Amino acid sequence: MGKITLRNVQKRFGEAVVIPSLDLDIEDGEFVVFVGPSGCGKSTLLRLIAGLEDVSDGQILIDGRNATEMPPAKRGLAMVFQSYALYPHMTVRKNIAFPLKMAKMEQSEIDRRVENAARILNLTSYIDRRPGQLSGGQRQRVAIGRAIVREPAAFLFDEPLSNLDAALRVNMRLEITELHQSLQTTMIYVTHDQVEAMTMADKIVVLNAGRIEQVGSPLTLYRNPANLFVAGFIGSPKMNLIEGPEAAKFGATTMGVRPEHIDISRESGLWQGEVGVSEHLGSDTFLHVHVAGMPTLTVRAGGEYGVHHGDKVWLTPQADKIHRFGPDGRAL
Amino acid sequence: MATQHSKTAARLMISPAVILLLLWMIVPLSMTLYFSFLRYNLLMPGMESFTGWDNYYYFLTDPAFSAALTNTILLVGGVLLITVVGGTLLALLLDQPMWGQGIVRILVIAPFFIMPTVSALVWKNMFMNPVNGMFAHIARALGMQPFDFLAHAPLASIIGIVAWQWLPFATLILLTALQSLDREQMEAAEMDGAGPLDRFLYITLPHLTRAITVVVLIQTIFLLGVFAEILVTTNGGPGTASTNITYLVYAQSLLNYDVGGGSAGGIIAVILANIVAIFLMRMIGKNLDA
Ligand SMILES: Nc1ncnc2c1ncn2[C@@H]1O[C@H](COP(=O)(O)OP(=O)(O)O)[C@@H](O)[C@H]1O
Ligand SMILES: [Mg+2]
Repeated sequence: MGKITLRNVQKRFGEAVVIPSLDLDIEDGEFVVFVGPSGCGKSTLLRLIAGLEDVSDGQILIDGRNATEMPPAKRGLAMVFQSYALYPHMTVRKNIAFPLKMAKMEQSEIDRRVENAARILNLTSYIDRRPGQLSGGQRQRVAIGRAIVREPAAFLFDEPLSNLDAALRVNMRLEITELHQSLQTTMIYVTHDQVEAMTMADKIVVLNAGRIEQVGSPLTLYRNPANLFVAGFIGSPKMNLIEGPEAAKFGATTMGVRPEHIDISRESGLWQGEVGVSEHLGSDTFLHVHVAGMPTLTVRAGGEYGVHHGDKVWLTPQADKIHRFGPDGRAL
Repeated sequence: MATQHSKTAARLMISPAVILLLLWMIVPLSMTLYFSFLRYNLLMPGMESFTGWDNYYYFLTDPAFSAALTNTILLVGGVLLITVVGGTLLALLLDQPMWGQGIVRILVIAPFFIMPTVSALVWKNMFMNPVNGMFAHIARALGMQPFDFLAHAPLASIIGIVAWQWLPFATLILLTALQSLDREQMEAAEMDGAGPLDRFLYITLPHLTRAITVVVLIQTIFLLGVFAEILVTTNGGPGTASTNITYLVYAQSLLNYDVGGGSAGGIIAVILANIVAIFLMRMIGKNLDA
């Protein structure tokens, strides 16, 4: 069981209010991702849940029990740190066994669980090495192993992939998602990378300056961003946000349209512009088009779309994919 | 230094320093060696003659020698024990966030800046003196007999004085090591259910081994040569109760004017120090690799 509820949780460091006041429900078995720009308080929130920081006000409930004052070890949560935080003088086996040893578990049971975790995570051939002799991805797996042997109520991940190279990151992303599928345990995952959030989450919590901007499934956030912040944060490349008279024509203070929702034509359309930089990714081409009276628009075209710098093109936003925002930045 | 040419140039350029260092070491050492085989007493000038191993024989069979050897081991071991244990505890204390941390740290380091002679005199006259010393006053205030530390527990008193001098060094080294301990490791251990004692045993102490090794190695080198503290406080006495090898060499050569015997003692001290060094490097030097 791993149902976590935050009620009116606040965190201040001296004068600085990092988390003003926050309510959140995390259901058992959910994969929840906290996403937001650096310094918005994601780690702080995770550490509050873990018990590594004291809340300044409010309550944290784990499975209905008030855990606000509980020490970290009593909460039944396991954490994977950004730096992995492996114990450098212990072998992989001892690292993974450490929480069980601290729980005074029987040696035979410890061995069984460690072997099991090592097998799941493909660590068996490294089990007698020390962390210093492992690659980044292997260390990451040891850290995860140390978390899963405890069979915790929930896993907490703090940007676990940010120290890995791009290819490995994609791999580990899949492994963690698969781990969640097989364990069906609650996972809370912190990242600043919206791609990770979109690909892994059941539920995304978008944070900005300690405040929740929106909570929802990846596609909900993609289709119906509640405000300008979420609109700009979710999606890659970023949504085009247009202000002024052009937005007013659509009855909004700001209108937004994603690069993939703009049709491009050489003959006719709503806006005429001139192609600036074009990025050819093979599968897609992203064109940066300069239209008079608007910021540079990013437009997705087919992978083999042949255009040149300075070509004139016509753009038309797809009518049903236009997002409209009011003067307060909220979606209309 | 990749090319043959630059290697030769480098050798050429460091050679003056190397040669100077070598002379600096070799000349006194060989002179001592030479004296140690002479019958050479300052009271009988001009009577020097070659005596073979006699000086060594007399030095090693002198009952004072075995006493001095034991005392040296006790002194080094005792001070190491006190400074490593005490230094670890003090470092743990100083690592806690507290008000006035900077000033407290400087105060803790202060004893290290006091010259051995001065601190030994202060201890002898202001603390341990059975009549005027602070400890005597405290004892009388509590209605007890003052204890004459330097007369009745001379070696223990000297161990205390020397440990007091070296405690700051150990504390400082261990404190810097503590500060380099990854905070996330501590937090991971906390989440893994390790209490304060387990965290100390399984995380902090292994992290400190290298620093402790450094403390032990450096201190041993200096502690083998403790001299001023003994000269100033007990003069090696009563009897030989607080004589270590260094002091015995001094007593032999200068108090007895026996340069030959003293030189033999000096050579024996060098050999002993090297044995200790080899043992230390074997036992704990491996902690310094990696
Ligand atoms: N121990 C602390 N003392 C004071 N301020 C802190 C402390 N920890 C974090 N903060 C501040 O809280 C804010 C959020 O930090 P953090 O949760 O680490 O952000 P994120 O993980 O989203 O990048 C930052 O502005 C940071 O400076
Ligand atoms: Mg962070």
